[in-house]
Amino acid sequence: MDLVTPDFGLIFWTFISFAILFFVLKKFAWKPIVGTVNDREQSIRAALASAEAAKREMENLTADNERILKEARVEREAMMKEAREIKAKMIADAKDEAKIQADKMIENAQAAIENEKKSAIAELKNQVASLSVEIAEKVVRQELSDKDRQLKLVENMLDDATLN
Amino acid sequence: MKTTNFNVIKSLIFGLFFILSASPVLAISADSETKSEGEEEEFNVTDMIMHHVKDAHDFHILDWNGHAVSFPLPVILWTDNGLVTFMSSEFHHDDSGSVVVEKGGQKFVKYHEEIYYASDTPNSDGSFVNLDAEAHPVNAQPLDFSITKLVFSMFLSILLLLLIFGLSARKYDASGVPRGIAKFTEPLVLFIRDDVAIPNIGEKHYKRFMPFLLTLFFFIWINNIMGLIPFFPFSANLSGNIAFTFVLALITFVITTLVGNKDYWKHIFWMPGVPVPMKIFLAPIEFLGIFIKPISLMIRLFANITAGHIIVLSLISLIFIAKSVWVSPASVFFSVFISLIEVLVVAIQAYIFTMLSALYIGAAMEEHEHEHEH
Amino acid sequence: MSSLALIQDVVSYVPFAAIGAGLAAIGAGIGIGRIGGSAMDAIARQPEMQGKIQASAIVLIAFVEAVALFAVVVSLIAK
Repeated sequence: MDLVTPDFGLIFWTFISFAILFFVLKKFAWKPIVGTVNDREQSIRAALASAEAAKREMENLTADNERILKEARVEREAMMKEAREIKAKMIADAKDEAKIQADKMIENAQAAIENEKKSAIAELKNQVASLSVEIAEKVVRQELSDKDRQLKLVENMLDDATLN
Repeated sequence: MKTTNFNVIKSLIFGLFFILSASPVLAISADSETKSEGEEEEFNVTDMIMHHVKDAHDFHILDWNGHAVSFPLPVILWTDNGLVTFMSSEFHHDDSGSVVVEKGGQKFVKYHEEIYYASDTPNSDGSFVNLDAEAHPVNAQPLDFSITKLVFSMFLSILLLLLIFGLSARKYDASGVPRGIAKFTEPLVLFIRDDVAIPNIGEKHYKRFMPFLLTLFFFIWINNIMGLIPFFPFSANLSGNIAFTFVLALITFVITTLVGNKDYWKHIFWMPGVPVPMKIFLAPIEFLGIFIKPISLMIRLFANITAGHIIVLSLISLIFIAKSVWVSPASVFFSVFISLIEVLVVAIQAYIFTMLSALYIGAAMEEHEHEHEH
Repeated sequence: MSSLALIQDVVSYVPFAAIGAGLAAIGAGIGIGRIGGSAMDAIARQPEMQGKIQASAIVLIAFVEAVALFAVVVSLIAK
């Protein structure tokens, strides 16, 4: 029977002990332990959230990058196309120009050649004339050295002239 | 600074253990002449078990050549003439009331681990207690505040708890990572928080009760475990003592009653949502329930732990009942088996006591939404 | 010796407290058996919930066991 009758002394000591244990542990153990654990969980939660935010930002950044890259590619493409066009145009222009120039040059050259030819012919004519005159002079002189011959010449010439 | 404090504590503990280990020797030399007639007495299993599961004024360690080797503990009495203290060794292991200790002009005897004022003359058995017809002493008793075996064990458990949790609170580094013993204690603390406090009390209020629940759980658990260790200075059946469980249940009861809100009391005395005759019928039942809940807490822990001790001791006692050494393998096997189960049971009982306390506290603080609607 | 006195004499030797404890053990045994069986069924049905089922089964067993131990306490008092 006395197994189930609480003993007053033990009740007293249990109460005192529990009270002391409660207050000492509360101050020196539960507060630091639970506090540290809570702080740690808070910091983990914060770290996770910031990691999530960073990830999202990263994703945004990647998307941005991709967009920029795409734009750049389009732009490059356009620029290349334009450049190609310009190039083709320039080449065509250059070709035309060159042709015109060449034509002009050829024309000029032809003109020059013509002129040269003309002048050369004129020169030649002059030369031939002077030579003919000289020769004629010499011949005349020789011919005119004797009277017969002079006469004969005149005669010939006259013949020719009349024949013409 | 903190390390020096801890060194002081460590040396104190070592000192205590040296005293503890030295004192049995002193106890033997002082009491060697008594109790020699007990050698031939019949081994009484019930007496042995009951002696073990009850409180005692000295810590019995073992019997050596028929002499009890025990650790004397202080007896503190609040008598009619004030406080009286002496060591329990002055009773010379006597438990039949025949050794009288005279202190402060008063005479005391110990009879069945209770201290009485001694009668003037011995009765026919040489005992200084007067027994009534049912063999219960009729002598007056002083108020007994002795540091008994269980109180001693309780102080030891407090020392251990302070050591374990004081240390583990210091084992956190700057970033809150547990090291050493804190790695072991932290999951237990988190278990109480996440599986006991939060589900039963709720996110809103649980923080207020965490220190109580943690202290309760570890106090019960360590005393349960200490009761399972079968040698000095453990083995005391503290958590299987009704006074111990009574105090813990009483604290839970007081907290539940203090934190109970309007809804809680309304549900007890005027249960909403049921017809009036039913309300009248339910009120006394619910009212009794307030007391039955902590009483069931008290009985559950007490009965579980005491039954565990009784079973282990009974299995060991089979050897002495059968008076044969050949029973011992079976008896040892079964008691080891039961002890292993007990390791589980003591943890579960500590958990259940804590969980039910949390549940009762949570129920007292619960806000019933459906009532505000009508 | 009259037969009544004989009956009284026999009855005084009947260990009622022990019988009470035994009856309580039967009740608790049935209760724990039912909890265990249902827990096994539940685990067989939902093996992924094994941990939770085991935990609550152990707690329930502790409750049933406590009822048996109440009876043991009553037997101890009655003795």
